[in-house]
Amino acid sequence: MQVPKPDDDIVARRSDIITAMRSILSGEGVIVDESELAAYECDGLTAVKQLPLIVVLPETTEQVSQVLQYCHQAGVKIVPRGAGTSLSGGATPLGDAITLGMMKFNRILETDYENRCVVTQPGVTNLSITQAVQADGFYFAPDPSSQIACSIGGNVAENAGGVHCLKYGVTTNNLLGVKMVLMDGEVITIGGKQFDDAGYDLLGLVTGSEGLLGVITEIIVKIIPTPETAKAVLVGFPSNEQAGQCVASIIGAGIIPGGMEIMDRPAIKAAEEFVHAGYPLDVESLLIVELDGPKAEVDYLIERVEKIAKKEGATSSRTSQNEEERLLFWAGRKAAFPAIGRLSPDYLCMDGTIPRNKLPEILARMQKMSEHYSLGIANVFHAGDGNLHPLIMFDANKPGELEGATNFGMDILRACVEVGGVLTGEHGVGVEKRDLMGEMFSEDDLDQQERVKCAFDEQALLNPGKVFPQLKGCAELNSLDARQVELKFPNLPRF
Amino acid sequence: MSEIMKPTTPEQVAEAVTWAASTATPLEIMGAGSKRKLGAPVVAEHQLHTTALSGIKLYEPEELVMSAGAGTPLGEIEAALKQSNQRLAFEPSDMGPLFGEASEIATIGGAIAANLAGPRRIWSGAARDHFLGFTMANGRGELIKGGGRVVKNVTGFDLCKLLAGSYGTLGVMTEVTFKILPSSEESRTLIISGCTAQSAVKAMNKALAMPFEISGAAYATERALLRIEGPSVSVAYKAEGLAKVLDEFGTVSVVGGSESKQIWTDIRDISAFAKASEKQIWRLSVPPSKGAEVAEQLSNQFSGEFILDWGGALVWLALDPTEDAHAQVVREAADKTGGHATLYRASEAVRQSVPVFHPRAGAVSVVTSRLKGAFDPKGILNPGRMG
Repeated sequence: MQVPKPDDDIVARRSDIITAMRSILSGEGVIVDESELAAYECDGLTAVKQLPLIVVLPETTEQVSQVLQYCHQAGVKIVPRGAGTSLSGGATPLGDAITLGMMKFNRILETDYENRCVVTQPGVTNLSITQAVQADGFYFAPDPSSQIACSIGGNVAENAGGVHCLKYGVTTNNLLGVKMVLMDGEVITIGGKQFDDAGYDLLGLVTGSEGLLGVITEIIVKIIPTPETAKAVLVGFPSNEQAGQCVASIIGAGIIPGGMEIMDRPAIKAAEEFVHAGYPLDVESLLIVELDGPKAEVDYLIERVEKIAKKEGATSSRTSQNEEERLLFWAGRKAAFPAIGRLSPDYLCMDGTIPRNKLPEILARMQKMSEHYSLGIANVFHAGDGNLHPLIMFDANKPGELEGATNFGMDILRACVEVGGVLTGEHGVGVEKRDLMGEMFSEDDLDQQERVKCAFDEQALLNPGKVFPQLKGCAELNSLDARQVELKFPNLPRF
Repeated sequence: MSEIMKPTTPEQVAEAVTWAASTATPLEIMGAGSKRKLGAPVVAEHQLHTTALSGIKLYEPEELVMSAGAGTPLGEIEAALKQSNQRLAFEPSDMGPLFGEASEIATIGGAIAANLAGPRRIWSGAARDHFLGFTMANGRGELIKGGGRVVKNVTGFDLCKLLAGSYGTLGVMTEVTFKILPSSEESRTLIISGCTAQSAVKAMNKALAMPFEISGAAYATERALLRIEGPSVSVAYKAEGLAKVLDEFGTVSVVGGSESKQIWTDIRDISAFAKASEKQIWRLSVPPSKGAEVAEQLSNQFSGEFILDWGGALVWLALDPTEDAHAQVVREAADKTGGHATLYRASEAVRQSVPVFHPRAGAVSVVTSRLKGAFDPKGILNPGRMG
């Protein structure tokens, strides 16, 4: 995880670049002083820090277009940035790139109940969208834990998830359209208030593309009616295997809960000490199951879940009796990260996804790794969809611990891929997992993805150094003569 | 001489495409061909069928995941899922009969390549939303994989989305992995009879604002139709709640069982239009609030018939055949709403002269053709099918 050495030629042109930006953006829209740039030196991945060349803060699509057009012509790199909450370094600056901050795009433009959507600017926070429509009985379903702070633009760039994905999907399943500025300054509209678009699904491609394909300046999201009620059950198990089996049995019984979370013993302990949610401390594994929907359905299903849990060997089970208690059950889980933060000076949060039935195997392997690296680990797990969040505890001031934690994390992700999972479920590849892409994809696979990048950004000026280990040139990728081919009709079944 | 290739392994697919690329020979890519007449006619020397890449490779009901050869018939998949009380939640339509082909021949690869979505789209999404991973041969003849087998995955670009709805123009899928969901214990349909399209959309709008997870909202033969699903106790509760708020739109009746099921199969496959085989069929995708208005305007102007689905967001319009299929007027009407129009069914001659898919202008069309080149540099996979 290192930031590449800045291009001296670009750094030497810094004052020209500043002049050009000031001709597009008024006074405070261009940040050049080192003290002010420091606020942008990293995102949520605080282990990697770098001062950006400069920061610009446009307010209109037209300004974004002009900035990109200039950069396209002048060969200057761009790092788009929302609220800066990325945990994978999606917005990690480069010393020879302009950081393009989108937080002045902070208005919700329209709430449209007839079409059940909200039109918003990308700098609006995730939670603000729900807040804008909840009085009228609607909400925006994806709810990443950072939803108070993270921007909807960042959610689109990273295809953010949350705890309710199994039932309600992630960002890509709740998005209808975007306005996007391409690297050459062209502005395109993808999707709209209808459900699909003519031609290729560019909206699906752009979602989760980590700022590599364009800069989004307007977003249309789907909103859905707020569930009538929600109840949660807190179930304790003597082992992680049993908790995992309980999840499988619930799903096998045809029940899709709104949320299902597992916490392991260290995570339970840390969360309970921090929040006092009433979690049982004599269990190895804690499962939270939340049912939401029409009242009659929730009452019926919660009873079935309680029965299944009992059958799977639960040693404790508590069902929320009111909204206050339900929120308390969640408070512990939602505070798991800061709770670990109290126990350890630093922690790294990983984000692999695995086939759910591999949970016991992965947890056992992590335990061994923890011993090997002499670093503590706690686990919270989106059990419904197999998304793991191991929290590796370390002290950056102790020599070698950051390196050990990083290697520990990489080992976990390799193990996730080995059991049929993926490197990242919702945090993105960014700079953090860039060098592991080869664990999951072959060279041909990666070349194909990079060719998609070339279709949008030939000079690789948009968010370089993220997602891909090393970008080949587009000319090399698109050349055809590298392959030796047989010119005879293929010998295969034909009719 | 024109040949039909039926490779039995991904490697054979790669071999065929490598050969086609090196000799710049266009190939028509298809599954069982049930939707072959959807899209501009493909001019290709040979056909490549995926039907021999068939069979379920992995099915883990408790993990909600299945992998299958791209040429696996949907019927085989649905039969396997039924054993565990599960289903494809995107409710893929059977378009064979609409195009004058046999019913129940469609493959999973074809369903994904056409990004099918039945009435349940309003709650569960389209094929794209359930498509988790794939292996395919790109137009260079390389076997590429994308996505994975888990529902939450943001590792690299989401190429699944790009392939869903690409009609075989970007690659030949050999194996696909998709999400599955439990079937509902019960399903019922609320019917408001004798209402206009405009008032039906108002009723649907009211119903869709209720927290009842409505999984079908359609309008056909002067009836507004709303589907509710779930455990029996929940379906009864929702039916009661909905009937109360829908009172003002007319008399509400409720049907269940096979009658309810048939209603949604007919909406899904637009069965009414399959029977009228001479008609040209337009598919308009518009904001839900605009569906009734656009449908009424166009059907009045050209004495056509229409069906609304997705709460008004999907308009199926059947018109008497003409040489230009009234394309200009239909597309202008769609443009005004911000949506788009596809000439879903028309004769080969008409599809040769009228663009089937809504033409895209400017930078979007530039990006589209660059993307095509990024996968298929020689333009040999279903050339011209998407215009």
